[in-house]
Amino acid sequence: MLYRTLFPRDMFADLDRLQRELQQAFDLSPGIRGLPRGGYPAMNVGGTAKSVEIYAFAPGIDPATLDVQIEKGVLTLAGERKPDTAGKDEKASVHLDERFAGRFRRVVNLPDDVDADAVQAKYRDGVVHISIPRKQAAQARRISIQ
Amino acid sequence: MNDTASVTRPEASPRQQPALLPPVDVVEDPNGITLYADLPGVPREKLSLHVEGETLTIEGEMHLDTPEAMEASHVEVSLPRYRRVFSLSKELDSAKVSAELAHGVLKLRIPKAEHAQPRRIEVRVS
Repeated sequence: MLYRTLFPRDMFADLDRLQRELQQAFDLSPGIRGLPRGGYPAMNVGGTAKSVEIYAFAPGIDPATLDVQIEKGVLTLAGERKPDTAGKDEKASVHLDERFAGRFRRVVNLPDDVDADAVQAKYRDGVVHISIPRKQAAQARRISIQ
Repeated sequence: MNDTASVTRPEASPRQQPALLPPVDVVEDPNGITLYADLPGVPREKLSLHVEGETLTIEGEMHLDTPEAMEASHVEVSLPRYRRVFSLSKELDSAKVSAELAHGVLKLRIPKAEHAQPRRIEVRVS
């Protein structure tokens, strides 16, 4: 996983975490294209009655190079992250190299009732926030009898 | 993993809130160390950097504008907080640390103290 959880050195907290991680691993039911855990960018997906909200944690990217597409109910987020550490100085030595660099692509299946024409995407503090409103569903209406 | 840093750290608050461990890159050149840390979602005012003795603590709180009634359906970033602790070595000048935060990436520059800068020693032929 990209962002590991650092708990206080407490055995019970560690056991709790283990239990939670196991639960999460088994409760998750990925779509046909999968939602692998721990890729880049990490993603959180949520929804309200009116919209679907997607947060992609993609720090250090020029927003102009990000490619966000929706096609047939599938949202694709692709781009490239340039390495900060590579080959700047011959005398430099790299002690830790944990951050992702390179091309990335993540795909999310969207629910049927979203309105793909009204997508909004924002990039702030390294997080891409994509908000897709749901269509005005055929709401149950009360019909007055004359 | 640099877990020993957090084990040996003097406990500031008895019960710390759980936090994510952000990925970092650390590059050393002759004049100092550059540290990059991925802290997506952390605005500048929620980032805190502490140097205490030889311990460097990076802490940040995420701020995402989520709609009120949102229910999460898929979660990979499960905590709203990052924390990572490093031990600095003696030759680093912790008074001259400079920091930049852009697009969720923190760039820290810690120069080496003057006496630790590399010197070239002339060899004279007599």
